[in-house]
Amino acid sequence: MTDTRTTPPALPDDGGLFARFLRATEIDTRLLGMFGALLLIWVGFHIFPGLREFVYALIGSVFQGQGSLGEAVAKLNPVTIWGEGVFLSPRNLWNLSVQTSSIGIMATGMVLVIITRNIDLSVGAIVGVTAMIMGLLQVEWLPPLLGLGNPFIWIITAIVGLTLGACIGAFHGWLIAYRGIPAFIVTLGGLLIWRGAAFLVASGRTISPVDSTFQLLGGGPYGAVGAVGSWIVGVIASAAILWMLYAGRQSRKTYGFPLRPIWAEAFMAAIGCGLVLGAVLLVNAYPWPKGIIEQYAAANNIVVPEEGMFISHGFAIPVLIMLSVAIGMTLLMTRTRFGRYVFAIGGNPEAAALSGINVRWMTLRIFALMGALAGLSGVVASARLNSATNALGALDELYVIAAAVIGGTSLAGGVGTIYGAILGALVTQSLQTGMVLIGFDTAIQQMVVGGVLVFAVYLDNVYRKKAK
Amino acid sequence: MMGQDMTQNTGTPLVELRDIHISFGGIKAVDGVSVDLYPGEVVGLLGHNGAGKSTLIKCLSGAYMADEGEIYIKGERATIRNPRDARGYNIETIYQTLALADNLDAAANLFLGRELTTRSGMLDDAGMEAETRKIMKRLNPNFKKFKVPVSALSGGQRQSVAIARAVHFNAQILIMDEPTAALGPQETQMVADLIHELKKQGLGIFLIDHDVHAVKQLCDRASIMKNGQLVGTVKVDEVTEDDILAMIILGKKPAHLAA
Repeated sequence: MTDTRTTPPALPDDGGLFARFLRATEIDTRLLGMFGALLLIWVGFHIFPGLREFVYALIGSVFQGQGSLGEAVAKLNPVTIWGEGVFLSPRNLWNLSVQTSSIGIMATGMVLVIITRNIDLSVGAIVGVTAMIMGLLQVEWLPPLLGLGNPFIWIITAIVGLTLGACIGAFHGWLIAYRGIPAFIVTLGGLLIWRGAAFLVASGRTISPVDSTFQLLGGGPYGAVGAVGSWIVGVIASAAILWMLYAGRQSRKTYGFPLRPIWAEAFMAAIGCGLVLGAVLLVNAYPWPKGIIEQYAAANNIVVPEEGMFISHGFAIPVLIMLSVAIGMTLLMTRTRFGRYVFAIGGNPEAAALSGINVRWMTLRIFALMGALAGLSGVVASARLNSATNALGALDELYVIAAAVIGGTSLAGGVGTIYGAILGALVTQSLQTGMVLIGFDTAIQQMVVGGVLVFAVYLDNVYRKKAK
Repeated sequence: MMGQDMTQNTGTPLVELRDIHISFGGIKAVDGVSVDLYPGEVVGLLGHNGAGKSTLIKCLSGAYMADEGEIYIKGERATIRNPRDARGYNIETIYQTLALADNLDAAANLFLGRELTTRSGMLDDAGMEAETRKIMKRLNPNFKKFKVPVSALSGGQRQSVAIARAVHFNAQILIMDEPTAALGPQETQMVADLIHELKKQGLGIFLIDHDVHAVKQLCDRASIMKNGQLVGTVKVDEVTEDDILAMIILGKKPAHLAA
């Protein structure tokens, strides 16, 4: 009782403008923080090369007598520093989006696994084995039966891959839920077993090239929806955002709950649609490379004009797959009984069971879902690489877990969001791509990602304590 | 004698547990116990820790299955394999450990396992919140924290969520496992009032408790257990607190009660 006066208030003053803004818009401060961190990483990588030039020139002029000090200081010009950067170019961000999709797809499933106080270490190995089976299926087994280039090959292959992943996941889930083996052990065993199986089925060969339609699922100039397609996607997404805001408001009115102020609704609509349309402009600003345009022109009997042609990439198909998965999983987690039970099991497994929830069956289904998503990730990853290799998906489990945890999923269970996991995947991939761009070795990349993971969890702990 | 009782223990009992045996690895946790419960009646189950009262009642709530013995609900043989079956017989349980999912809000907890859905099969969160506000207005008008996880609520608030859950789904048989153990005096009174209210509505309540004083106040009859066996069932009006304590401690009926 005596020291209550010495504790400072944990939250800022209620009347603060920012606090009022947050309350009116109901924006999650955590989400805001993640966007801030992402922006910081992006801008940091963008200006890093320019700053490095400046530091080199400064060192050169001061210690080695090369060039004048004035020349060095002139390199501090923000315009030149920004101009040196390559990270925030349409090309890099487009590639970043494609690289994020494989990890992002799996991270959405890992959220469910971690919320229910489990872990899945086998997802990378499931990517490997499903990709290898799919590789053999579309390259060696199906063409003799159906004929090379048969339009059904890619569909059959993808379905088999997803089903295989789901079966492996369900088997893991069965061992965990019905045989009482800890998830850590089952999936650690799974990691070794399925990685070994991937090697065994093809005797360690690399299977390549994959079916030409299947390849589109991995991105690339042809595996993107183009300028018009991207605008259609953007307009539909914007319409959906507006409709959701409207429906939410109507539902609050029906039950007489407090409404958000109109300006806050308008602000949310503007931010949502702005982000979507900004993304469309971005992906449409990245043109096909010259070689691809010539190839395409030759194939379609088009004469390439003297000054060249501008054909936009648009959204890559794997990115659209990831976004669809994210939307589907968000609906599953927030709008269905299944999702509600996932949270309930994570919050208090005993209470969940006493409320009549079949916790074992739920666990099995969650792992099956995780397996299916790993299979889908196997589709995207092998399509992007145009081959199935033994190393495909190696270490993915760690990046997937890192993405989910950086995105705010609590290892203690019960807490986590799908959008957080996607943002977490974007953060880890941004770090990796960024470090590749500025020329850091793999060794340093790993160390940085590891450090960021630990730091992110620490920050999250601090945030949660404050929020209480 | 019968005519003077608060409850008319005639006709078919709401619940009858007959000769229940439950053992765990050779240890007889419940050894041939029979108890019954009539509509509008509160029956206290008393005994030391490990006397078997919680274990006995868990075969009614569906957490355990009895090895031997029969359960009759309204005179008909009932099979209760899991909590879902128990709910099918309108049996609701309020656990000592407050079986709430801490990370979910009041509405999500209240409807856990029985969520309202819209026509498209999606969760009707707004509908559930509206319903929860209505129920809480009746049970605990001071309750205002609808949007926060129940981990942020006080013991009494959490207890009222747990009770609201039991009451809302037309429970006819209510099992309360030390419902006031974690509560302050005011909140305890709130729960006591609630028990009287539910009695009036004709519910049958099994109340598991250590506190002889509380049992004297709240219950019509008390069944006392020791070492897995039933010591006896008494009408609380006809005995003193000391009589009940003697039964708990000595494990036998006082001489003047033994018929």
